[in-house]
Amino acid sequence: MSAPMIEIAGVTKSFGAFPVLKGITASVDKGEVVCLIGPSGSGKSTILRCINGLESYDGGAITIDGARVEHDKPSIIGIRTAMAMVFQRFNLFPHRTALENVVEGPIFVKKEPRAEAMERGRDLLARVGLADKVDAYPGQLSGGQMQRVAIARALAMQPKAILFDEPTSALDPELVGEVLQVMKSLADDGMTMLVVTHEMGFAREVADRVLFLDGGVIVEQGPARDVLGAPSHPRTQDFLRRVLRPI
Amino acid sequence: MQTFLRDATQFLPLLLQGVKFTLIVALGSLALSTVLGLVWALMRVSGIGWLGTIAKVIVNTLRGIPILVQLFYIYFVLPEFGIALTALQAAIIGLGVAYSAYQSENFRAGIEAIDHGQVEAAQSIGMGWGLTMRRVILPQAIRLVLPPYGNIMVMMLKDSSQASTITVAELTLQGTLIASSTFKNMTVYSLVALLYLAMCLPLMGFVSWLERRFGKGTRR
Ligand SMILES: Nc1ncnc2c1ncn2[C@@H]1O[C@H](COP(=O)(O)OP(=O)(O)OP(=O)(O)O)[C@@H](O)[C@H]1O
Ligand SMILES: [Mg+2]
Repeated sequence: MSAPMIEIAGVTKSFGAFPVLKGITASVDKGEVVCLIGPSGSGKSTILRCINGLESYDGGAITIDGARVEHDKPSIIGIRTAMAMVFQRFNLFPHRTALENVVEGPIFVKKEPRAEAMERGRDLLARVGLADKVDAYPGQLSGGQMQRVAIARALAMQPKAILFDEPTSALDPELVGEVLQVMKSLADDGMTMLVVTHEMGFAREVADRVLFLDGGVIVEQGPARDVLGAPSHPRTQDFLRRVLRPI
Repeated sequence: MQTFLRDATQFLPLLLQGVKFTLIVALGSLALSTVLGLVWALMRVSGIGWLGTIAKVIVNTLRGIPILVQLFYIYFVLPEFGIALTALQAAIIGLGVAYSAYQSENFRAGIEAIDHGQVEAAQSIGMGWGLTMRRVILPQAIRLVLPPYGNIMVMMLKDSSQASTITVAELTLQGTLIASSTFKNMTVYSLVALLYLAMCLPLMGFVSWLERRFGKGTRR
């Protein structure tokens, strides 16, 4: 059994005097899809941001494929190249076309030959169903299309794993499906994924495991079927009831 | 009117000589203020505490001293420390340094207006600080920075007249010299004013074009 791709061991984090993560221990194996669910403010985004060093953490350790994440060390650049992130608000570069967004990292960070990167970029955009939007600017795309470009941009880095922070929460309901479809196909191809989401259908269908986070601790974790189908903890039960039946 | 035209054709060559120096001072100090202003602004947003503090102290000091006094300082005081500059050099450096404070504030405002998600996206694909600035932040900030930058250009063009006080023979000083030797104050200063206008009006047109092209509402 090889070491996990992402290992989080006893991680704590406070914003000022306010503890957000109170000792998180979890791991994501190679090729595994793990969904992280939980109420707003429970610390889901903070965990993802700590994993790729956008945020520092106070105690414990995070390792990516054996390399320790330290947000203020030069090694963080290498870790971030190996670990892509997809944001809730897409964060595409508005001054660059879809293709330019996708090849920015390969060309300027990984120093790949331009022609090669462009060709792969086109392939990736075709893969997320945007072959005809190669030259479009983000402002000319719908939310769903922007998020698919963002996913292609993440894939272009040839990452060992991708972190998703509520990738469909900013989308109109009818655009959610196209993004989830792309994510599902990545999962089917064996991509290692850690996904913060409120899409319980996606979690049930695609996730190998589900972690339920509440108040800075992981309250319950296990196979998606168990956590979502027969949650054992009252807080999980309560959360799922509210998510599945909002009124 | 006849005499005005006759005097004008007589004075114009000398005044145009002054226009040449006005342009040299304005363009030279514009270039210097742009480079220095960018340096101060990048120091401010570097996230390195002491660097930011140094830049802040410099900018506030420059903003708190009249440009005229800064010019005198560079031209009359620096020689006492063994740094002797020609009047033209002193004018370009003085105005450039003084205006770098305003450039810096404009650049910083532009940089800080860019959504922080852009920085995070850049970092998430492995970009360091320099690459993030060069490829992601500055190309977006320039759209916000350009219209105010054009206004600064207009102000610098006019403020280059302050170089006359340290003997640079630019337009204002040429005018003053002609006026005091011919006593044709009205003719001379009207011409001087018209020449400044002739330089500023196209620049102002350029600024409003920039505002229409890049101003608010056209982002994204
Ligand atoms: N930069 C920050 N400074 C101070 N407090 C913060 C900061 N970022 C997050 N927090 C706080 O930390 C807590 C956890 O935030 P986090 O964004 O991780 O929650 P979340 O589970 O992602 O919530 P949501 O579902 O709303 O995205 C919240 O109470 C939030 O207010
Ligand atoms: Mg969040």
